[in-house]
Order: sequence, then C-alpha cells, then structure tokens
Amino acid sequence: MTAQAPSPLLEVKNLKKHFPLKSGMFARGGDLVYAVDGVSFNLGKAETLGMVGESGCGKSTVGRTVLKLIEPTAGEIRVNGVDIAPLNRREMRPYRLEMQIIFQDPYASLNPRMTAGEIVGEPLLVHGIASGQEREDRVAELFRRVGLRPDQMRKYPHEFSGGQRQRIGIARALSLDPKVIIADEPVSALDVSIQAQVINLLMDLQDELGLSYLFIAHDLSVVEHISHRVAVMYLGRIVELADRVELFVNPKHPYTEALLSAVPRADPTLDRSGRQVLTGDVPSPISPPPGCHFHTRCPYAVADCKTRTPELREVAPGHWAACHLR
Amino acid sequence: MSQAPAMTRISARFARFLDSDFFFSYRNSPVAIVASFLTVTLILAALFAPFLTPQNPFNPAELNLMDGLTHPMQAGLGSNRVFWLGADEQGRDVFSALLYGSRVSLFVGFASTIFSAFLGVTLGVLAGYFGGRTDALIMRVTDVQLSFPAILVALLVFGVARGVIPPEFQERVALWVMVVALGLANWAQYARTVRASTLVERQKDYVSAARIIGRSPAPIMARHVLPNVAGPVFVIATINLALAILEEATLSFLGAGLPVTQPSLGTLIRFGQQQLFSGEWWILVFPALMLITLALSINLLGDWLRDALDPKIK
Repeated sequence: MTAQAPSPLLEVKNLKKHFPLKSGMFARGGDLVYAVDGVSFNLGKAETLGMVGESGCGKSTVGRTVLKLIEPTAGEIRVNGVDIAPLNRREMRPYRLEMQIIFQDPYASLNPRMTAGEIVGEPLLVHGIASGQEREDRVAELFRRVGLRPDQMRKYPHEFSGGQRQRIGIARALSLDPKVIIADEPVSALDVSIQAQVINLLMDLQDELGLSYLFIAHDLSVVEHISHRVAVMYLGRIVELADRVELFVNPKHPYTEALLSAVPRADPTLDRSGRQVLTGDVPSPISPPPGCHFHTRCPYAVADCKTRTPELREVAPGHWAACHLR
Repeated sequence: MSQAPAMTRISARFARFLDSDFFFSYRNSPVAIVASFLTVTLILAALFAPFLTPQNPFNPAELNLMDGLTHPMQAGLGSNRVFWLGADEQGRDVFSALLYGSRVSLFVGFASTIFSAFLGVTLGVLAGYFGGRTDALIMRVTDVQLSFPAILVALLVFGVARGVIPPEFQERVALWVMVVALGLANWAQYARTVRASTLVERQKDYVSAARIIGRSPAPIMARHVLPNVAGPVFVIATINLALAILEEATLSFLGAGLPVTQPSLGTLIRFGQQQLFSGEWWILVFPALMLITLALSINLLGDWLRDALDPKIK
C-alpha cells in the first residue's frame, strides 16, 4: 500500500478477526463481534507505526492477531514475505524470534512467581539460545540495556515499581533480538513522568538496534512523539493512514479531525470554539452500521455513506483515507 | 556463590515471614495455635511410635494374654506393667495400639490427599487451560463425582479392587488400595477450584507472553499457571486430610478397609465397639477420642488457613 518500502518487514493484508458472541455446545452460527474487519498496513525497517483509536476499536486485537496470540479469521500476515496466518504453533516458532510484544499492564504481564532474571532469560531457554553462565551474562546485558541493574535479577516482580516492571517486559521482548515489536499501549498504565522515560528508552532502542514498532495507543500526544506514520482505527477498520506530520497537520478523515480536536492543549488562551465535538457513542461491533462505520456520528455524512463502504484510498501521496468525501 | 549472602537471604525471608499478615493472623488465633500444636504432636507421636510405646501391639510375641482387659491405669496381671489406657482382651496395650493405629490413619490420609490433589490439580489445570471440549468433559465427570457421597466412590473402588486383585496379594496391597480409593473419591473439589483459578490466570498477559516466546502448553501450565493457582490447593488439602482420615476410619469401621494386621483407628474402634456393652469402654473410647482430636485439629487448622489466606476476609 504505502509504496515507500520495497519489501516491508511486516505486511498485513485484509486482516479480520470475528469473535463468536457465545461459545458453548448450543451456540452454532450465532452473532459475531467484528473486532477487526479488514485491516491492512505495512511496517518497514526501523519504522514506528502508531495505531490509535478509541477503546474497543480493535487496535489491541490487531496487535495480538498479528502475533497469532489470537487466530485470525481471515487475511494475511507476511513476515519477510512469508504468510504466517495459516501456520500452527510449532511452525510459528522461528517467527517468534522476529516479533515480540510489550504489554500494557506491567503487573499482569510478569509471572509473580518467577524472578526478573528468570522472566527475561526464559525466551533464551525456550529457544536454546544460551544456557548457564552465558544466559546469565546475556540477561545481565539486557538488564543494563533497559536501564536496570544486573543485581536486580534475583528480585521478584512485586519488588519493582511499575516503570521498572515495564523495563523488565521490554528486556524480555528484546531477549530474542526481534526485528518487530508490537507495543500494546506500553505506557498507558504508567505515570506521566515514567511514560516519558519508557518512551525515550523505546526510541533509543530503535536507534541502537534498528527495531520496528507497531505502537498501539490511545494517547495522541504519545503517538505523535514516537511514530513515523500513524494509522487511525475506528470500529475494526483503519480509516486513515499517513505520515505523522501530515496526519496531525492535515487530517483527511472526519473522525481523525474530531480525534485531534479532542486532544487537550495546555494553553488557556487558545480559542476552542471551532472544536469538533462528536455526539453519540461508538456503535456496537456486533452489528456495525452499514456503509461507512462512521456515518452515524459524522457531521458531513451524505446518503452514500450509509450504503457504500468507503475503501482506503490514497488521497495524497502517502496519505490514505477511507472517506467518500475526500 | 558464597554461603553468606544465601544465609542472609534465608534469614531475611524468615524475618519477613515473622512480620507477615499470615504470621500475625496465626499469633492472634488461639484456635490455630492449639490446633497446630495438637496436629504436630499427634503426627510426631505417630511417626516415633516405636520409641514411645511399651510394646509393638501387633507383634504377638510381645503380648501377654494374662494382661487381657486390664483397666486403664492398672497393672496387668501378666507383665505387671501399668497400662495407662488399659488393654484389650488379648493383652494389647491400648496406648500402643493408638499410636500405631494413628500411624496407619495418617499415612493413608496423607498419601490419599497427595494422590487426590495431584489428580484434581492436573485435571483442573487441563480443563481451565484448554477450555472447550476438554473442559466440558472433565467438568461433567466432576459434577457426577460430586453428586454422590465420596464414601460410596471409595466403597466402589474398594469393591472392584477386591474382585480384581488375587486374594494372596490383597493383604499386601490393601493400604494402597485404600489410598487409591480415597484419592479417587476426593479429587473433584481440587479440580473445580483449580479450574476456576486457571481460567483467571490464563487470561493474564504473562501467559500470553509465554505463548509469544514460543512455550508449549505443557511447560506453560507447569511453570506459569500451576505456581499461581497452588495457593488454595493447600487449604483444600488440609481440610481434605481430616476428611480422608475420617473416611478411612469409616471404611475400616465398616470392615471394608484395612486388614486386621494393619489396624487403623477405624479398625480399633470397630474392635472396641464389640466390647462396649460388656463394660470394657476403654477399648472404644480412647481410639475414638484420638480420631476426634486428630480430625478436629486438622480441620480447625484448615479453617484458619482458609480465612488467613482469603484476601476478602482480611
């Protein structure tokens, strides 16, 4: 889609994940939750793609499906050109080395019964990369890299602060030397001061190691700070995808406009009268509205929007939007 | 690694334990203190029975028929020795029989508890982790199991074993048959509890992280899920230990239990009640008191443990 990278590290095409609403013996062919409904994007080397959207828009499901933590319903997930969507657990193993994840909740993402060193060293153990003293040394090196002291390896997760725990999670993700890291709201659960530290750590690691991030977040200012490109999701679909500056300065999709105008600005003199305030709620992903998902809340909606689904089109070079009116 | 830091770590851990809510709750619960004291004493007494008793009550050579039916605190006619808790009609010291009997009872209790906990925890983790059909199958079996009394299940297993095992081996394996019978009767509660906690833990991101680094289901269950669902198991196991001892006593009392050569407290009570109406009360009353004390103190300990570990009651 975005023609810039000749062979993207990660290429997602028309990814879908529909969850059955009821599970059990008697629920056959029941309602589906259209959590992710045709999402496509590319991720190049050393690139950060920000992914924003409201709660429940499917952005986390995208991250987890890309890692096959959740089996996709349809679509392709190409890593270095190979589609990993149909692979089973055993066939996935080599691709685990390519892609790792950083979780949102620094408390639930670390096993409380394992020491920090065991947590960070486990991937090395599982893939038989290093053992004994060598593993110990690698883990110590990873600790240093994420700003922890190697002598903290013997401590348990509850002995660390939230920010430190997130660093342990980052060290675990880095231990296999992945090319792509899915960062699933990695700073949403942290204090603002700690958020900045963790963001800076992620950016430094990108410079040093050439990592690519799929950075999922709902905080636009964080995304603006870290991303090269930004994708905006609404109800399971990407509605706009563009370079960071382009998206923040010149949004094309009405939903992006509304999102941007909702960002709080620390400037009391700013005239906010022109602000676009969305009314109503996000429709249910169980029965998303026909046509453009956003037409129920869009101030510009016309009759066409209610019947025809807008495709993601390149409205300007490198700037993609899914809107009939642009 | 040097010895010193390890020692300080252990002593630091011990200091932290003494400072914990758990230990505070223990110190402030007279019931727990008395119950744990009694439990430990009875276990130690059973363990060291050969050193604490004047005779081995099941070695016929050490019995003197002249001591038969000696009253408590009286000297036997044959050995001229004071029998604290009296003797039965064969001159068997009731005190010695008690300690040897509680040995068998405790062994069966512990072994069957470990067996049922192992079985229940394994099935519970499997059901909770895999969900779907595996879960449905295991949980339906659990429902069936819980819908009739454990003692019936044990009797059933016992009856089958009696039919299947050749008679010449029966006495030798009787103890293990009892362990298996009680184990199969009591696993369901572990399975249910562990399944519920596994369902909670499975959703947590550390399990997802283990899957993403490429761990297979078996190590995820063993290394990640199991340590985090084990807490309640100890509470159930403690309460179950008392239950297993009582169930074993019931089976032995009914005569379906252990052979006469390895009498447990239940067997002693069965012998004792045959003589109750002829006035030899001590042969019944002391084993019964022992059984009550043992089961009650373990049960109270389990009750306290459950409350102390329950964050909602704190």
